[in-house]
Amino acid sequence: MRGTEARHEAQVAFSNVGMSFGRREVFRSLSCGFPAGKLSVILGGSGSGKSTMLRLMGGLVRPSSGTIRVADTDVTTLSESRLFEVRQKLGMMFQGGALLDALTVFDNLALPLRERADMSEAEIADLVHARLEAVGLADVDDLLPGQLSGGMVKRVAVARATMMQPAILLCDEPFSGLDPISAARIERLLLGINRDHGITVILVSHSVASTLRMADHVLILLPDGPIEGSPTTLASATDPRVRAFLGGEVDETLIGGGEDPVPSGLLS
Amino acid sequence: MIRLVREIGAATVRFVEELGQLGVFAGAIVRSTVSPPVRVRLFVAELFKLGVLSLIIVCVCGLAVGMVLSLQGYNTLVRFGAEESLGAVVGLSLVRELGPVLTALLTTGRAGSATAAEIGTMVATEQLDGLRMMSVDPIDLVVTPKALAMIVVMPLLSALFIVSGLAGGYLVGVEMMGVDSGNYVSSLRASIDFYDDVAGSLLKALVFGMLTGLIATHRGYTCTPNSAGVSAATTSTVVVGSVSILISDYFITALWGV
Ligand SMILES: Nc1ncnc2c1ncn2[C@@H]1O[C@H](COP(=O)(O)OP(=O)(O)OP(=O)(O)O)[C@@H](O)[C@H]1O
Ligand SMILES: [Mg+2]
Repeated sequence: MRGTEARHEAQVAFSNVGMSFGRREVFRSLSCGFPAGKLSVILGGSGSGKSTMLRLMGGLVRPSSGTIRVADTDVTTLSESRLFEVRQKLGMMFQGGALLDALTVFDNLALPLRERADMSEAEIADLVHARLEAVGLADVDDLLPGQLSGGMVKRVAVARATMMQPAILLCDEPFSGLDPISAARIERLLLGINRDHGITVILVSHSVASTLRMADHVLILLPDGPIEGSPTTLASATDPRVRAFLGGEVDETLIGGGEDPVPSGLLS
Repeated sequence: MIRLVREIGAATVRFVEELGQLGVFAGAIVRSTVSPPVRVRLFVAELFKLGVLSLIIVCVCGLAVGMVLSLQGYNTLVRFGAEESLGAVVGLSLVRELGPVLTALLTTGRAGSATAAEIGTMVATEQLDGLRMMSVDPIDLVVTPKALAMIVVMPLLSALFIVSGLAGGYLVGVEMMGVDSGNYVSSLRASIDFYDDVAGSLLKALVFGMLTGLIATHRGYTCTPNSAGVSAATTSTVVVGSVSILISDYFITALWGV
């Protein structure tokens, strides 16, 4: 586990963050850090708050307590207009894609460039096509998001998040629902973004194999708090829940559900 | 008894709170209107969606209302032998009252609900959050063009409604009931004053446009992010929009004598 001094050089750091939606508490006091220039992966059960962590980093929701530093700025107290400045350093891929459904794929990708970059339409078109090619899509320019498959939406969303060369790239489950070849392509793309351009990448993923291959730093959200470390230190951990996440060997006691998980009356 | 007082209190606080939120929201729209960039293309696209697509419904309803007015007016006037002032009766009711109010109610039902549903769906599918993460203000890109288009389109549609209504009135009064065509037009001309009636009518339509635009975009923007939330936002746009149009109509009429 990392000490506090490591957290100082973290580009994104949570300290004592509490977060609830109404009466539903997601985090009580979460402290963790994501090192600069590294590729970090957040693992955790469904509903453990992974997407919420990314939304907190982007300042889309505010925590009930604690501070979140993103690139040396505490985003928990910023006004909306100051948040827009911090977000210029962030690229975010949402779990559901969040593409604008009234715009074509091309216009979706071109939007951040048209809004914020000083580029000609020809330069924009070149960049958009380069990004689409990087995620393995061609001939999708004029399609609306509603006409894409789930996996295509994911890939367009990844392309959009990388459009503005962010300093920190946040991706919510970029691999889920993809065929192995597309998943491998996205994996290589994200690794390239991290290794070649030094961009900090923070991923939420359920894919253990790719996590172990890619990650410099892993955070596992467990009900009683987070566990962080490098893949190798975590691989030698003894906690059965960590082994369940990383090794895929799920201990019988962790599953629960009683002696007879499918009551016989249900099937007959 | 105490519970009743408490509930009335809570409802009042909620109402004032919502009014405050609406004010802040309106301020944000005004700010994004006056600060660059000016989004002409988006505004024109919204104008088309709200305006051009409402043309048919406004024309048909205007025609029907004019015809009914003319029929009712004729039957009443003929009792006093005053059927030559039919043009004045139809014209004044349409210009001063029915044109702006009915257009606003129709537009709230057709375009206001659609606007609320569209923005609400964008909230529910995180599209607005996606814009925020690209440092694009959703008020600037999505809300303002829709609200402004609603403000501009309302007086135009209202004018169209009035013209169709006058035509409908002419059709029934002159062609069917046999009122003299010259009488219909001259009594219409003589009774309608430009400043008192026409400008006031446009002012009413403008105010209704602001109300509908503001309420529809605000309901969509603050909608609970799920399908029930979108449907609630749509419904309450129509309900709250219609009620505020009718109430504000009373006050404009009472205060400014329009
Ligand atoms: N807007 C909201 N209102 C109320 N509760 C919410 C809201 N958003 C999230 N939650 C709750 O917060 C918890 C964490 O949600 P989150 O979406 O972060 O989970 P997750 O780890 O991303 O799950 P998954 O792997 O299924 O995507 C969930 O239990 C959910 O019920
Ligand atoms: Mg999630």
